[in-house]
Amino acid sequence: MSRKVLMKGNEAVAEAAIRAGCKLFFGYPITPQTDLSEYMAKQMPNRGGLSLQAESEIAAINMVLGASASGARVMTSSSSPGISLKGEGISYIVGSDLPCVIVNVQRGGPGLGGIQPAQSDYFQATKALGHGDMHLIVLAPANIQEMAILTGEAFDLADIYRTPVMILADGALGQMMEPVDFAAKPVRVLPEKTWVCNGHQNKRPMNIVNSLYIQPEELEQKNIERFERYKKIEETEVKYEEYLTDDAEIVVVAYGITARIARTAVNLARAEGIKAGLHRPITLYPFPKKRLNKLADKVDIFLSVELNMGQMIDDIKLAIECKKPVKHFGRTGGVMPVPEEILDNIRRLAK
Amino acid sequence: MKKATFKTELCKGCGLCVTACPKHIVELDTKSINAKGYHPASCTDDDKCIACGMCAIICPDVVITVIKEDKDK
Amino acid sequence: MNIVFEKPKALADVPFHYCPGCTHGIAHRLVAEAIDALDIEGQTIGIAPVGCAVFAYNYFNCDMVQAPHGRAPAVATGIKRANPDKFVFTYQGDGDLAAIGTAETIHSGARGENITIIFINNAIYGMTGGQMAPTTLLGQVTTTSPYGRKAEIQGNPLRICELMSTIEGVAYAERVALDNVKNIRRAKAAIQKAFEIQRDKKGLSIIEILSTCPTNWGFSPAQSMDFVREKMIPYYPLGVYKDITKGGANNE
Repeated sequence: MSRKVLMKGNEAVAEAAIRAGCKLFFGYPITPQTDLSEYMAKQMPNRGGLSLQAESEIAAINMVLGASASGARVMTSSSSPGISLKGEGISYIVGSDLPCVIVNVQRGGPGLGGIQPAQSDYFQATKALGHGDMHLIVLAPANIQEMAILTGEAFDLADIYRTPVMILADGALGQMMEPVDFAAKPVRVLPEKTWVCNGHQNKRPMNIVNSLYIQPEELEQKNIERFERYKKIEETEVKYEEYLTDDAEIVVVAYGITARIARTAVNLARAEGIKAGLHRPITLYPFPKKRLNKLADKVDIFLSVELNMGQMIDDIKLAIECKKPVKHFGRTGGVMPVPEEILDNIRRLAK
Repeated sequence: MKKATFKTELCKGCGLCVTACPKHIVELDTKSINAKGYHPASCTDDDKCIACGMCAIICPDVVITVIKEDKDK
Repeated sequence: MNIVFEKPKALADVPFHYCPGCTHGIAHRLVAEAIDALDIEGQTIGIAPVGCAVFAYNYFNCDMVQAPHGRAPAVATGIKRANPDKFVFTYQGDGDLAAIGTAETIHSGARGENITIIFINNAIYGMTGGQMAPTTLLGQVTTTSPYGRKAEIQGNPLRICELMSTIEGVAYAERVALDNVKNIRRAKAAIQKAFEIQRDKKGLSIIEILSTCPTNWGFSPAQSMDFVREKMIPYYPLGVYKDITKGGANNE
């Protein structure tokens, strides 16, 4: 029997992680993510796991590296400035082909920025989480139920593709409460972890977890192999949701909390007779390039709505190969737009 | 009988074994050059070797194996 | 026939890449000898640092994980917390442990992580070509202290064993040297003791090993041993700085 519980987004991610078999959590306090760490600290000891507060974000991500290298399902969470600190470790984790889940409950930046919701880490999350040729799978939930579902999926994706997976949320999703159903999800077939460093017990050859390849040809080959995996991810793991796009002339593209406000704006536009629709990417990497490209054949114009100065708009332009104009509307610094502001932009573009 | 055996191909000619030998019978062989390009160390007088293992203990490259005859046999 | 000395089994049959006379090879061997002595190769996970010993993962037969610069104790924490019954050791140089990774070092001690840290102190950055380390001695010339390290400009060298011995969760801290056979034997015993402390789940054990860098010091291997004896040991005295199994310090 499924039962809904009222939870904060941060707590829902933590609960879903524990249910997905996350045995270790390493965190460091930072607003607006902290209640995720607190939930873990309270729950893990009673549920066969461990939650540890590290001395820094840097230490936390490297504890994740170690736990993952030795075979555990492991997670860390932070908010924007803390994610920057994790960048080094994330790059090593990618270079070592280790699975883990990293949560970014975004706040405004740059620098210490603010503590209110933002989506200004889009570039970082999708293109520059660390040095080197690399990506993470980036999942962008838009409600608390999805926070839970995508967290469970993130662990499976991480194990299947041997890659870190990021849940890219924001301060609003982290802090708001909604009913969540933690009903069991379909189980995916996971590969055996033959590469784990947990002591060979004299029963198998020694394993090495490493990101150093001093021979250029060897390193190039590792990168080519990893990008073949990314290609498979792009072919099979793209997720998005659409609303009223069938006959839309103007399509709003928005993800996460912004997509919910945009949906209201689309409804308001429709009430005025404007043929507006909404495309909501759920996976930011892989980005729904093919679908957007197809939409561009029948849509007149796109409006990218983001809590930043214009980041995802670049990916939309690339996806549709500049077949149609793409405009941006954003609020930043922690300011949330109201539906009427988005409606104003839709009206302007519909003329 | 050989007590200290040198894997000369591993030797980097650092000479630490030469300094450690209490019998002063380990030397770098200046007449030969190994594949790494070094004059490898070797024991010049096996009869004088007391198999103390000091050359092997200070060797940074695990070049030397030392054995001792069992006196009971 | 008695074998007086042979390559330990936990050490891979691979030639070291280290420079002639570099004591990393001795330190690697001593760690492998301790692993053999306790027969724990199958239960051990080693952590390679960034620095000259970055390739340490090629030289041991136990499972090995390569860590970002300075983060080995954090990586070790992750492994150990996921596998509390396994043996975990880090192998770190002075730049790795005492500069960029100081926070990780101190806090792994504060948490009493049940791991063993092998700390190679040769007072210089070897891999990058002889720059000043946090443990470079006053007056010592390096490529980034070309006029000799001056306290008023570059600060004073850090004494890690002394520092770590003040931390509650540190169970064992000893400084040893590899400058002669007697001290190498002492170092071997210290490393084995450190693994025993870990086996008995007493807390963090750290063995600081005064080592050489003939290439970047600009000395012959034999002269380098003299430098350890004459310059390093006076500033970094050898001895046991903490041993909770004996209660207190026991300096030589």
